[in-house]
Amino acid sequence: MNKLGRITLVILVVCAALFGGTVELQKSQGYTQANTLTLYNWGDYIDPALVKKFERQTGYHVSIETFDSNEAMYTKIKQGGTAYDLAVPSEYMIEKMRKANLLKPIDHHRLTGYQNIGTNFLNQPFDPGNRYSLPYFWGTLGIIYNDQLVKKPVTHWADLWSPDYRGQLMVVDSARDMMAVGLISNGRSVNSTNPVVLKAAKDKLDQMAPNVKAIVADEIKMYMVQNEASVAVTWSGEAAEMLANNPHLHYVIPAEGSNLWFDNLVIPKTAKHEKAAYAFLNFMLTPKNAAQNAAYIGYSTPNIPAKSLLPKSTRTNPGYYPSQKVLNRLQVYSDLSPTTVGLYNDLFLEFKMQH
Amino acid sequence: MKKVKWQNVWLVGIFILLYAPIFYLIFYSFSSGDNMNGFRSFTWANYQALFVDKRMIEIVLQTLLIAILSSLCATIVGTFGALGIYETKHRRVRNMVLALNNILMVSPDVIIGASFLIFFTFLGLGLGFGSVLLSHIAFSIPIVVLMILPKLNEMRPALVDAARDLGATDWQVLSKVILPYISSGIFAGFFMAFTYSLDDFAVTFFVTGNGFETLSVEIYSRARQGISLEINALSALMFVFSLILVAGYYLLNQRNQAQKARRKRKAGA
Amino acid sequence: MRKKQWLYYLPYILWIILFVLAPVALIVYQSFFDINGQATLANYATYFQSGTYLKMTLNSLWYAFLITLITLLFSYPTAYWLHQTKHKQLWLLLIILPTWINLLLKAYAFIGIFSQDGAINHFLGWFGIGPQQILFTNFSFLVVATYIEIPFMILPIFNSLEELNPSLVNASRDLGASNWQTFTKVILPLTMAGVKAGIQAIFIPSLSLFMLTRLIGGNRVITLGTAIEEHFLTTMNWGMGSTIGVVLIVAMGLIMLMTGEQKAKKKVTNK
Repeated sequence: MNKLGRITLVILVVCAALFGGTVELQKSQGYTQANTLTLYNWGDYIDPALVKKFERQTGYHVSIETFDSNEAMYTKIKQGGTAYDLAVPSEYMIEKMRKANLLKPIDHHRLTGYQNIGTNFLNQPFDPGNRYSLPYFWGTLGIIYNDQLVKKPVTHWADLWSPDYRGQLMVVDSARDMMAVGLISNGRSVNSTNPVVLKAAKDKLDQMAPNVKAIVADEIKMYMVQNEASVAVTWSGEAAEMLANNPHLHYVIPAEGSNLWFDNLVIPKTAKHEKAAYAFLNFMLTPKNAAQNAAYIGYSTPNIPAKSLLPKSTRTNPGYYPSQKVLNRLQVYSDLSPTTVGLYNDLFLEFKMQH
Repeated sequence: MKKVKWQNVWLVGIFILLYAPIFYLIFYSFSSGDNMNGFRSFTWANYQALFVDKRMIEIVLQTLLIAILSSLCATIVGTFGALGIYETKHRRVRNMVLALNNILMVSPDVIIGASFLIFFTFLGLGLGFGSVLLSHIAFSIPIVVLMILPKLNEMRPALVDAARDLGATDWQVLSKVILPYISSGIFAGFFMAFTYSLDDFAVTFFVTGNGFETLSVEIYSRARQGISLEINALSALMFVFSLILVAGYYLLNQRNQAQKARRKRKAGA
Repeated sequence: MRKKQWLYYLPYILWIILFVLAPVALIVYQSFFDINGQATLANYATYFQSGTYLKMTLNSLWYAFLITLITLLFSYPTAYWLHQTKHKQLWLLLIILPTWINLLLKAYAFIGIFSQDGAINHFLGWFGIGPQQILFTNFSFLVVATYIEIPFMILPIFNSLEELNPSLVNASRDLGASNWQTFTKVILPLTMAGVKAGIQAIFIPSLSLFMLTRLIGGNRVITLGTAIEEHFLTTMNWGMGSTIGVVLIVAMGLIMLMTGEQKAKKKVTNK
């Protein structure tokens, strides 16, 4: 036999060994089709210890698959070919999925501990009466600054336009969020659909361009910790982790108001193990579990008794648990028509090309 | 007195550049901090966390399985494809096929992934190992063809004709003359396919499902929460492992060749 | 005899039909639908009429050209000298090895190296040079993009050098050619196939780079890939995304056909 043939054989043997290895591992983890709950989640968005606890308590096995954007997740669930029992979309996506008939209604009689969720976080316009979703985490959009690099605390959106911060600003690569900054600064709703209003918001953003150092995504966290920029626009959840790693950072929700966002648990139409899904929902509604998860992830929990279990420094921090007065000024994104979403993105793309 | 060879300086420089980020990653896999910013103190904790993370080990095995198997299949299909293109005398057809071959290389991953997803669900294929394997084979084939074709073009047709004249069958011509001649291209193709497969995120993301996941998908979706140093530890291990593999393969090859040379000498004597 | 050969090519032909022609047909089909699912030619009109996309196309072409050029400048000498070393196969494998580490992780490592508080700025600090802004510059973007692509260029060039018949080089030297003449008149022309393969493997994918443009370039450089990514994953305007994809595919086809014709002409004149 020649050399190529021999090598092919070796490769096949290696493949067989690898295959055997995965099968062995799956067995040792107790995978079977019947008792597996498939959770479709953002990467590293649940405390692994909590998953183990759930498995021990209920006997179900949890298989976690991950996604990195709402839209990508939507595509996967819409196309089918998968069987996710639970997913964690953000608010506007829940509305979109609801309209596209991709979700199963949640039977509130099968829930225990629903009353633990604060009323601020229930019955939102994206899901009236929470027929399809249960809040998992929530947060805000705000400004984070480094007290070593700025002269005075940043408290208003308008500060972002200050010439003091020329080339100092880092913003999120998200059309909806950055347009929201422009819209709020112009005193408009974050759900505006009027093209004239949107154009004005974009013109407002363009004036910010000289200040913008970079338009980035999740990496903002790392950059801010490394003192790469002095001011950034980001989400509260991201901020929590940055603050933990750099004591000079501060997170503020600008006084003019901002966006309030949710990541909620939903049961997709494709779910095969409803019983397991409800067991999981109830498990996560338990204050002790919700608190453990919040402590691990660092995002704000909507579970009121769980919040009181968190350390005092966390639950009194106005960045993560703002007062009712601030909460009242926050606006939630609603699902816009495709044409409007397109307009938001085109305008933001033009802004990006400018900077 | 030894003259400093500039070419060696250049090569050393290139290797330093290529390996700098990797050593940086490995360095931080021993840090007790949360991220690659400021080394805290030395620890093995990231490695310990990795070894008890069964799900992660499973993902690694799945990733390797897909990478090796898909590049093997892609190399076989691609080799015959390249032969087919080579033997096509009609220039128009040849250019046409080559253009088709390259389409998957120019199309951004997101488009490929989305269209493969639509295609698989249209066929009613469940997403998982099979769909990922098929997709990886599919996007690796063009690079294999591109690696082999120049070799074929350099091969003198006289070589094949001579073999035929000596009474070799088609299969013999292929296995005794052509394949050995282009074998370095085949290896290059295999390695490139392997690399593409390991690196791919977007296509895999769209076509995976039902508990099957690869390392890239896992790493990318962890970006929102910040990538833990456990991943650094994993990369360090994989790097060292492949280093040992490469060195071992090379040594084995050297010894074989030395043995062959000795045998030849004996036979000659 | 001829019939049997068909069997060998069958998998490849099947692959072309199922995984190339079918997806391309799907992309072309989608490009005629707007965001609301209405059949239209508007996507093409937008592409060619709004300055944004044309500017982006030029941008992408320019950066892809730069990346390919820089990669080639680094790769050719490396492949050439690597080829002359003793354990060349081992070194070649070691060139490919870094590509097996996840791209995102390597990008994060580069962020660490280039950042204000990173390795390079520490190094510069020893010479009394204050922290420089390296990240989010065209320089850092080009460095990282080149870094990623270098192995993909070295490999084909190295392979074509392997194929080069050493007696040709010796003959050239015996005939009194200088090293430089030997290189430009013999070695370079005979390794053009490898260079071409390398360029094909780099230029075209560089047009649609996306993640690095954000991570390292801070979205200073916006390529067609960024726009496609956004249309598929954020706007969910698959029609517009597909339109850009179609433009890319057509451009590639044109380039391929052009280089193919040239080859044909050259051969005729040579003979």
